[in-house]
Amino acid sequence: MKAAVIRFPGSNCDQDCYHVLKNGFGLDTEYVWHKEGSVEQFDMIVLPGGFSYGDYLRCGAIARYSPVMRSVAAEAERGKLVLGICNGFQILCEARLLPGALIRNRSLHFICEHVHTRLENMETAFSHAEVTKSGGKLLTARTGLLLHMPIAHGEGNYTADAETLREINRNKQVVLRYADDHGAITGGANPNGSAENIAGITNRAGNVFGLMPHPERACDPLLGSEDGKLIFQSVIESAKKAAK
Amino acid sequence: MKAKVTVMPKKSVLDPQGVAVRDAMRHHGLPDVRAVRIGKVMEIELEHGDEARLHEICRDLLSNPVIEDYELQVER
Repeated sequence: MKAAVIRFPGSNCDQDCYHVLKNGFGLDTEYVWHKEGSVEQFDMIVLPGGFSYGDYLRCGAIARYSPVMRSVAAEAERGKLVLGICNGFQILCEARLLPGALIRNRSLHFICEHVHTRLENMETAFSHAEVTKSGGKLLTARTGLLLHMPIAHGEGNYTADAETLREINRNKQVVLRYADDHGAITGGANPNGSAENIAGITNRAGNVFGLMPHPERACDPLLGSEDGKLIFQSVIESAKKAAK
Repeated sequence: MKAKVTVMPKKSVLDPQGVAVRDAMRHHGLPDVRAVRIGKVMEIELEHGDEARLHEICRDLLSNPVIEDYELQVER
C-alpha cells in the first residue's frame, strides 16, 4: 500500500500532506515530481495545494498538462483513488477529472481562515471513516457532521452550469458544503461565493475527490483541529481495501 | 503569422473583478456604468499557422470552456 504526493513547481502543501500520510498514518509515502511519467505503482494519489506554475493563465491550467497528469488520469479512469486539495482540486477541474471550475472569490480577497463544512454524503471513499482524536474522542462520519478545517485560497469560488449542478446533486457527488457553526447552509457561511456552498465534490464514479479546505492542516491538536483526519482515514481505508 | 486570442468570462458566469471595477468606476464619477467584464488578450507569433490546431489549443489550454469563451483572430 503506497501513497503518492505529486509535486508541481509551486506546490507548497506537499510536505504537509507527506507528513500527515507518513508520520500521522504511518503510510509508505513518496513524492512524485510532475515530470515523472507514471503513478501506476501507487494505490492512492494526492494532489496537494499551492500555486502550481504561479497560477499563470488559470489556476491549475498549466499543471494539468504536466507529464504525470496523463498517468493520473489513466489511473483515475481505472478507479484508483485521487485526492485533490485546494490547488489540487483546481487542477482536477482543469483536467476535467471533476466537473465545474473554481474562479476568483466573490470578494476578490485571498481568504485564510478556519471554516465549518457540513458532510453531505458519508458514503464516499473519502468521507465514511471513524477516527480517534487525541484525548480519545471519536469522530464518526455521518451526514450533517461538521468538519472544522482551514481554507486558504483566492480562487475557490466553485462554479458550474445549472445542468451540471443538478447532475452532481442527483448523483450525490457533493461531499462538503460550507456551513455555519450550527450546520446551516447559509449565504453568510459561504466564504467565497461557491455555487450552493459547495466545498468538495467527487466525480461520477466516486474515486476522485477535490476540496478547497485543507484537511492536512487539520490533523494535529497543535493546529487547532483534527477533523481532517476523517478525510485521510477514509481514503486510506478505501485504498487499502482496493489494494487487497 | 500573428494570432490574437481574446478570452472572456461567459455571460452566465459571475465576474467578480468586473463587478469591483464597475463599482470603482461609479465612484470615480461615472454613475451610469452598467457593467464591466474583464478578460484577457494573448498575442501569439507563429512561424506557420495551423488555424484548426490553434482553435484546439484555444479550447483546451488558453480558455476553460466551462467558464470562458474565446475569440481567435488571425493575421497572415
